[in-house]
Amino acid sequence: MTVSVQEADFDAGAEIAALSAGRDDVGAVASFIGLVRADKAAGETVGAGDTAAVKAMTLEHYPGMTEKALQEIVTEAQGRWELQGVRVIHRVGRLLPGERIVFVAAASSHRGDAFAACEFIMDYLKTRAPFWKKEETPAGGRWVDARESDDHAAGRWVAGKA
Amino acid sequence: MTVKVLFFAGLREALGTGSESLALPGGVATVGGLRDLLAARGEPWSALATTKNLRVALNQQMVGLDAPLKGGDEVAFFPPVTGG
Repeated sequence: MTVSVQEADFDAGAEIAALSAGRDDVGAVASFIGLVRADKAAGETVGAGDTAAVKAMTLEHYPGMTEKALQEIVTEAQGRWELQGVRVIHRVGRLLPGERIVFVAAASSHRGDAFAACEFIMDYLKTRAPFWKKEETPAGGRWVDARESDDHAAGRWVAGKA
Repeated sequence: MTVKVLFFAGLREALGTGSESLALPGGVATVGGLRDLLAARGEPWSALATTKNLRVALNQQMVGLDAPLKGGDEVAFFPPVTGG
């Protein structure tokens, strides 16, 4: 199994170990974990009581398309780098600050491909996989706005753009 | 022809519904035409015309507004994604 969309938490250590279990050709496993942050939205000014602080976050997704989109991103990474294994886990539902949201790991013979594939998968996931975050704050719920910086990060991987 | 239309996230909340099955009148041949048809219902449906950077998926693949429709298609409208 390469891609999972689930409410349950994951064991990052076990997932990383599984990528090289029983084989001696893996020289590098790079991984990334995304977490729920309690801070305020970018650019927001907060007065007394810190009413923009995030109490919780709910992740909505498009069942069916989500799994396909993630698998397509993994397939694209496998075409760009020499990878011996990839694992992507994205959680959905209600999550609290400090909880894990997303896990990406890539195994390769050498670190360069593993690091690059991991970063590529995260950059593409942020702009192409149909997930949406809604934050709960003392002032009410608010949908997180997409960030231009995420589009720029994904654009770095397009041929011809440095 | 009939298509299934889905809405997600802030758009779903604004419209008060997540999905509907819709028989298209003649002349609506693209996802952009479908968007215009729905937006013309007035409030709150005009959100489909005013949502910044509205995204569209046709049969679970992201497409542009010029993508052609056929009977049985699944069309989803949603704001830019914010996962990860």
